[in-house]
Amino acid sequence: MGERIRLQVARYRPEQESEATFDEYEVPCPKDWVVLDGLNHIKDRIDGTLAYRWSCRMGICGSCGMTVNGEPKLTCATFLADYAPGPVRVEPLRNFPVIRDLVVDIGDFMRKLVKIKPWIVRQAEKPLADGEYLQTPQELEEFKQYSMCINCMLCYAACPIYGLDPKFLGPAAIALAQRYNLDNRDDGAGARMATLSEHEGIWGCTFVGECTQVCPKHVDPAGAIQRYKLSAAVESMKSFFLPRGA
Amino acid sequence: MINRHPEPILWMLFSAGGVVSAMLMPALLLLFGVAYPLGWLAPPSHETMVAVLGNPLTGLVLFGLCVLSLFHFAHRFRHTLYDGLQIKHLNEVIALVSYGSAIVGSVIAAYLLWQVS
Repeated sequence: MGERIRLQVARYRPEQESEATFDEYEVPCPKDWVVLDGLNHIKDRIDGTLAYRWSCRMGICGSCGMTVNGEPKLTCATFLADYAPGPVRVEPLRNFPVIRDLVVDIGDFMRKLVKIKPWIVRQAEKPLADGEYLQTPQELEEFKQYSMCINCMLCYAACPIYGLDPKFLGPAAIALAQRYNLDNRDDGAGARMATLSEHEGIWGCTFVGECTQVCPKHVDPAGAIQRYKLSAAVESMKSFFLPRGA
Repeated sequence: MINRHPEPILWMLFSAGGVVSAMLMPALLLLFGVAYPLGWLAPPSHETMVAVLGNPLTGLVLFGLCVLSLFHFAHRFRHTLYDGLQIKHLNEVIALVSYGSAIVGSVIAAYLLWQVS
């Protein structure tokens, strides 16, 4: 086999060690291999005990996010050859508790995601006979980029605020709230506001912008948060000056 | 239902301060701090400046610029202390010092502008 590259993979086996260590493996490095191919090679051929998450290997499922040479990356979209001659350091996503090896506990994100009601909320459904909910291309454009989020949590791993304060609602949850708030079929903006306008909601963000930098789907969570800050500030002013009308 | 806390108003002052200070401060500093003192441009006469400052509109614009810029500083300084130095437990003290100094600065600006007008 041709080119090879060394992978330094973080290992954490809670039953035998209290802190993470690194194991080094040498894997093939053809130009079309991604980091995930390297991990699969280790799992299949070298060390079957390595634990990590993956599913679709095509940038859709959002489960193979890891820290590659210090940066949050989808390992299915990160080519080994780009790191030649290596070594490549593969660690679990930062800012999340590690369960085992490269597997992190995503419970915190899942609980936050539900809080912002990431689905279309309707006050009243119109009868089926009235036909579809029509939407113009402009109305679709309003929220489309936010709908590209695949919940891979790279933005949480990159966000220094979330690292300092795990209570912060976080980039993806706010961007997904905007995905529905800006959808003209949705009536749930009011219901989402209580969660979003909390101190740990949008106001926790200091616009560092790392979330937008690392997003593999080109969502702009930092932009979504700033945009929502303006809406929330306007609503807050309205409720202050027009306590009954707002 | 919106949550009632001072963050939205502080953020609005911060944003407005960022915009006006970014737009006006460099021009004012370049003119009055560099171009006039170094003689790159002929400075306006003292009488002209007094007349310009005597206009209530000038006073209002400069007061607005000072207040918003000071609150922009206060908000940024507060968050820098929170996250940069990780002293969030001193929340109340930091907020008092940051926004307090912005308020004191605003009062001084009002006093000075009132003096020259």
